[in-house]
This record gives sequence, C-alpha cells and structure tokens, in this order.
Amino acid sequence: MALDAKIPAGPIAHKWDNHKFDVKLVNPANKRRFKVIVVGTGLAGASAAASLAELGYQVEVHTFHDSPRRAHSIAAQGGINAAKNYRNDDDSVHRLFYDTVKGGDYRAREANVYRLAQVSVDIIDQCVAQGVPFAREYGGLLDNRSFGGAQVSRTFYARGQTGQQLLLGAYQALANQIQLGNVKLHNRSEMLDLVVKDGVAVGIVARNLMTGAITSHSAHAVVLATGGYGNVFYLSTNAKASNVTAAWRAHKRGAYMANPCFTQIHPTCIPASDEFQSKLTLMSESLRNDGRIWVPKEFGDERPPGQIPEEDRDYYLERRYPAFGNLVPRDVASRASKREVDAGRGVGPLKNGVYLDFADAIDRLGRHVIEERYGNLFQMYERITGEDPYVVPMRIYPAVHYTMGGLWVDYNLMSNVPGLYVLGEANFSDHGANRLGASALMQGLADGYFVLPATIGDYLAPQLGSQPVTTDDPVFAETQRSVEDTISRFLSIRGTRSVDWFHRELGKIVWDNCGMARSTESLEKAIAEIPALREEFWNDVRILGEGDTLNQSLEKAGRVADFLEFGELMCRDALHREESCGGHFRVEHQTEDGEALRNDDDFAYVAAWEYTGDHASPALHKEQLEFENVHLAQRSYK
Amino acid sequence: MKVTLTVWRQPGPTATGKFETYEVDEVSEDMSFLELFDVLNDRLVGKGEEPVAFDHDCREGICGSCSMMINGRPHGPELGTATCQLHMRKFQDGAKITVEPWRAAAFPIVRDLVVDRSAFDRIVESGGYITAPTGSAPDGNLILIPKAVADSAMDAAQCIGCGACVAACPNGAANLFTAAKIMHLNLLPQGQPERWERVTNMVQTMERYFGSCTNHGECQTACPKEISIDFIALMNRDYIKAQFKQRRLASQRG
Repeated sequence: MALDAKIPAGPIAHKWDNHKFDVKLVNPANKRRFKVIVVGTGLAGASAAASLAELGYQVEVHTFHDSPRRAHSIAAQGGINAAKNYRNDDDSVHRLFYDTVKGGDYRAREANVYRLAQVSVDIIDQCVAQGVPFAREYGGLLDNRSFGGAQVSRTFYARGQTGQQLLLGAYQALANQIQLGNVKLHNRSEMLDLVVKDGVAVGIVARNLMTGAITSHSAHAVVLATGGYGNVFYLSTNAKASNVTAAWRAHKRGAYMANPCFTQIHPTCIPASDEFQSKLTLMSESLRNDGRIWVPKEFGDERPPGQIPEEDRDYYLERRYPAFGNLVPRDVASRASKREVDAGRGVGPLKNGVYLDFADAIDRLGRHVIEERYGNLFQMYERITGEDPYVVPMRIYPAVHYTMGGLWVDYNLMSNVPGLYVLGEANFSDHGANRLGASALMQGLADGYFVLPATIGDYLAPQLGSQPVTTDDPVFAETQRSVEDTISRFLSIRGTRSVDWFHRELGKIVWDNCGMARSTESLEKAIAEIPALREEFWNDVRILGEGDTLNQSLEKAGRVADFLEFGELMCRDALHREESCGGHFRVEHQTEDGEALRNDDDFAYVAAWEYTGDHASPALHKEQLEFENVHLAQRSYK
Repeated sequence: MKVTLTVWRQPGPTATGKFETYEVDEVSEDMSFLELFDVLNDRLVGKGEEPVAFDHDCREGICGSCSMMINGRPHGPELGTATCQLHMRKFQDGAKITVEPWRAAAFPIVRDLVVDRSAFDRIVESGGYITAPTGSAPDGNLILIPKAVADSAMDAAQCIGCGACVAACPNGAANLFTAAKIMHLNLLPQGQPERWERVTNMVQTMERYFGSCTNHGECQTACPKEISIDFIALMNRDYIKAQFKQRRLASQRG
C-alpha cells in the first residue's frame, strides 16, 4: 500500500491554516451523533478527550490506571517549549520548527513539525487559562528557561513538576466533561485489542483489571494515546506499567509501525546501583543549565570529587562542543558520556557514571537560587542515592527515556487503518530520530488540544447518519474470543519463571545490542536471541492465580509478550537502517571524531513496517521525507 | 540485610483478609521499598504462591499510585517521602516491618495492598477545574500573577493524590487533599469566577465520602509532598464565605 501522508499543498507557513479551511466539518448539533473512544489519559489522551467532548462528541475514555491523573506524563519534570519569544532572544515559530527538525537529525516530517511550532504558543495560553501554575517573574509575567539543542530560552515550567501540572490541567478539563456527562470514563480498563471490520477501526476490546471482565466497545473512531515503548529495555525511566500493548495489537490488526529503532537515551539519569533495580530515575535536563558535566582526566582516579583540582577534570562537553556546551542535544550528550565511561573514566562505586556538578552555580548564584530552581530534583536525588548533591556532585548516566518511533500517522494523525488515530508518544510523527527536551509535553498537548479536534471531523463528517458497528457484530465476538484465548493460554502454562524474569532478560538483550551503539553483528545477535526467549516465555512462564480477579502478573504477562514481539521488529528496523542518525547510532556509520553519520541519499525516509503474520519478515513501506524549508546538513553543535 | 515482613493478604474485595509473615534475606540497602516487594514477589512466585498485589507505577514519587501503611504510618517513617522513594538504608538490619493497605472506609480494599481511591476523582469532578474550553484562552501574559501567588498555588497544586492524608487521619477525612485541590485554583486569578461554587461543591462531595476533620494534623505529617494544613484553614474560610455569596446578585462584591 502506498503511504500518503496527506500533507497539504502550499507554503509551509500556510499549510495548517489552509488545511483547517479545507477539512470537512461536522456541525455543532451533529457532533453528538458521533462516538469516539480515547485510550490513554496522559497529556495527549486527556487533552483530546476533553477537547472532543467540549466540541460535542460523545467520548468514551479508557485508562488502565485507577485515575486518569496517574498517566506517566505526570513524571515529566523540566518544561514545555513554546515559540512565544517572551525573552526577546529572537525566537520564532520558524526557529522552533528549525531547531526541532535539526534536533531530530532530519528524520521528521517538516509539515507536522511546523504545525507543532505554530500551535505551541496556543498551548501555553490554554494551560494558563486552566490554572496551570507556571513559574512567574516578580512582575507577574511568565518565566522561561533554556533546554538542550536550542540557543534561546523558550521553555515554560512549573518547578521540576511541569508534566504533573500540565497533566492535572488536562485531567481537570476531562473531569469537568465527565461531570457534564459528555465523557464516559472506564478506569482500570486495559485495551487488549483493536477491532477492525473491512479494514476500518470500529472499536476495542478491553479488560477490567479489577474484575477481569472482558468487554467490547464500539465507536465511529478510535484514538490511541497510549505512550511509548521504552520499557522494552526493562530498565528505563518509564513508569513500570508503560507498555506497547495497545499500539502493538493495533499493529497486528494492520496499523504500520514506523521507525521503531528511534529510541532516546536520556543523558542525565541516576546510574543503576544493583541488580534489583526496577527502574531508572531521570534527573531533568534543565539541570544542565547550571550543572557542569565532567570526569577525572586520569583513569581510575579514586579521589573524592571535591579533592580533584580543576586541572585534573575534563569538562568534556564544554571542551568538545564549545557553542552548546553542556546543553547539546540528548543523543550527543549521551554518547559522549558513554564514550567516557567505556574508556574507563566512569565514576561512582560501579564506575558507571559521570559527574554533574553544581559547585560553580552555587558559588555564583547562591544555594537558595539553586534550591528554588531544582529543589525537588535535588531532594529526589538525595532520597535515591543517600548523597547530598549540594555538597557532592551528582552522578549521572544515560538511560532509555522516550521513543520517537511509533505507529505511522498521516498529517491528520490518522494511521493507515481508517478510523484509527494515534496521538502523542504513541505515534512517530514529530521528533525524527531524536527529540529535543521539553518537546514531548508540547507534542502531546498539541495533538490533543489542537490537532485532532480539527482533523477528526474530516473523517467523521461523511459518516453522518451511520451508526457505529454494534458490539453484536461477529467481528467483536471474534476479537473478544482471541483475547480470552490468550489469557487462558497464559494461565495454563504454569511454567517455572516469573514474568519479570523474562522481561529482564529481554531488556538485557535489547540494551546490549540495540542500545546506545548498534552494529550489524549485535543486531543479528539480538534477532537470533529474542525469538528463542519468546518461545521459552510461552513454554515456561509462571502466572499464578485466575483471570477473573485483579491479577498483576497476568497484566504484566500480556505486556511482556508484546514486548517480546515488538523488540524483534525494533532490532530489524535498526539493522535495516544503514546509517546513524539521532538516537540511532550504528558504529559502522560515524565520522572520524565519532559523530553520527547520516545517509540522506538512501535513508531520508520513514520506515513503516507492516505485520505479515511472521515476525521474521515484516513488510517495509517507505514514506520519503522532503526537506523544502530546512537545508539538510551535518548537525553541528560545536 | 534481612527483614521480616508482616503483610496484609486479602484475595478480593469481599474476602476475609489476614496477616502473613515473610522473611526476606539478601536485601540490598540501595533497594527501594517497592523493590523489596519485587524481590518478595519473585520468590513467592518461585514457591508457587501468589504474589502480593500493590499499586505502583512511576516509582519516582509523582504519580501517587503507591500506597502502603508501613509500621502504621502511610508511606513509612521518612518525612516527605512516598513509598517508592523510601529506601532500605532507612531500616535496620533485622527490622520487623508491618505493611497494610491504606486504612480508610472511603478507600475499599480491592486486593492485598490495593485500594480503590475513586472517591478522589469524584471530588475533582464536582468542581476541581477552571472552565476554559480549548481555544478560548487569551495570551498567557495577559493574566499577571504575582510570583508569591503562583508559588503558593504551586505549593497546593503539587498534591499527588496518593491518599496518605486520608489514611493517616483518625477520622478518615480528606480535607488536606480537597483543600489542596481547591486552593490551587482559588488562589489564582483564573480561578475566581468559579471560586465560591467550587468550594461549596467540592466540600459537599468530600463530606459524602469521607470523615470530618478535627484538626489532628496527622495528614500534614504523612503527606509525601509536605502540603501544609494552612490550606485547610483557607478552604474553610472560603467555604464559610461562600455561604454568604450570592453571585447572581450583581450588586454584591465577590
């Protein structure tokens, strides 16, 4: 099937306005005749559900959490970008667009990114109106800070809890619509399959996590806002329950998975401390505004950091990238840290970190300023490590944090399956091969507040008068049966190893072979090992208890089973992409000084994979990327 | 380290529960309290026993999922710390630790340590928002908010909705949670048009589900975000004031 991204014609600055005029509309009185299912209540899902309900659509929301407010967007710390130019530092929509395309190493779709930059300014206004308590200047105006990959200050923030405050804003808007009866909320309800009839998405099958009841839900359109797949690596900064299941089951029902190998390794996380580690904790990128990253120059320098004099320290980011210094993009910073640690200059008991040092900033600004800017992050660091970062430099190391890949969508955010929309981190669209800091919140809210509400009418309008396929249709019974069969199969294996064991093993395979550095050899190894582990899982996993109660092992089993399939596709995608770009670093393709070497002639496309029924031979579809407004160049942050 | 855990086990909402005791050895002091449960569960599964169900997700103190009464205190002994950020280095080797679900009538037990906190959502749905339909907002800088006001609203807004305040309260009251939600919005200029209706509706919804506040202050001590009970005083002030406000009479000042 040819992939049509449906990018509107015309100059880039006018595409979105022209498109909004061209799309078909549903008149206000008719909107209530359409039902939309939204899965996921993070920034993208909650904002979409609330906005669609405000417009008048009937909305049904599913979240597997006990409350919509617990979605993992809540953990985003640093901030949200917007091209407001409140700082008078030459920011503009075009600059945010340019920075994002460049930061993404030229693997994002220009038109989507431009639209993202355009609506970024409206997002801030919307959030302020909802009562999001952004940081303020003494005069009462909004404050900003800088983030990696940009030379302007365009990041709005609410202490170190920006994601929390934005999500609460969206959740509150959603709560308002629930109260008004425009949204029906199903909490602790996990989507386990997409229902597709004659190639069109018509509903979902979900499991009530409290009672185990499996139910069908039909609608005119289904919206997935189910987040990213970082937990395929087991250890990541994602919440424990974050998973690929909804997206993967949609993929198996026909939706294409795009660029799955584009995963982001965040440079500033707390290094793992022991083998029981269940997840990694991020320290916000905003810390790089005031913290300086360094390692001792000497191998095996055992002195405590405070006793290592300036001349024996290597501030390697400042040395190698003088223009951006500690604020280079995430992929560049991560690889630089890996290089130091691999070379044996790592610090800490396991020699698996680098220092992030605030001594200079504390001297310059005073402890109270640092406390005000980062107080909660410092506290969090202290809790986890038992060390006081006001006195001893933090130790940090890269960790899996975000996934740029995801289900393929067109300009309207609709997947190749008509009626199936994908929003936020779950889609692939805006960040190319590397996401800039403070842009995930921007994209989730752009998709939910402004893009989907404007584009969904185009699909729904022609269906006026038609009822959604009812759940009595055999296609629902069939899909429901396949979900029930999978659950019975899990419960009947009664093997010897826990679900977590398999997840940890999978994590080791993909981290070692498809992590920060990838090679033909490592990827082929992973592609051989994953199917073997998958087979072992299906023969030897031990899931106790029953399906008709709260059963957390059973929930995890479904998610890990999907990761075991997805992980293979991720490695196959990484193997096929014979270039390095952004977070995808193939050791065979690098410049002399170790920077990523792209191959624009052969790989300036989106790789969209189709499920063929056989994990070994997914079908590749290409969407060629056209760069008409940003000149393709080797990224330089020097 | 080695610890002895006494854990509440209850197979379902209506089943009878009981305490079970587990010895857990080879505990690392760098483990978080939830990682201790991961290890316990892995070993239980190994022995063919069903693992302990507990709520958790972000494991960095912000999602508000985790909810364990540890030795009778919500989230355990450390001030300003959620269960997920409590580390084993805070316990002595050989410690005996009792772990229960949240104690509160408004949070019925689902299974083991998992409770149902939907009553919090009902409170928010009854008024914990500012009506601002998407697209209708003016420029963010048109609304000037003094820094002190924004900071104070943020102090309230950082509530993670975990329910520790309710679990700590001898009356099972949700005044700290409700006050934090109300005052976040009532302090801000954007929150003024709905201020009196908000406090009236949310307090009334709260009272439908939860016990009454008698100023013990346990909630403040238990709160992992250290939210001050001053917000309860502010909520009470607004609630009383709201009784005298008739917004429909335009001559009355708001």
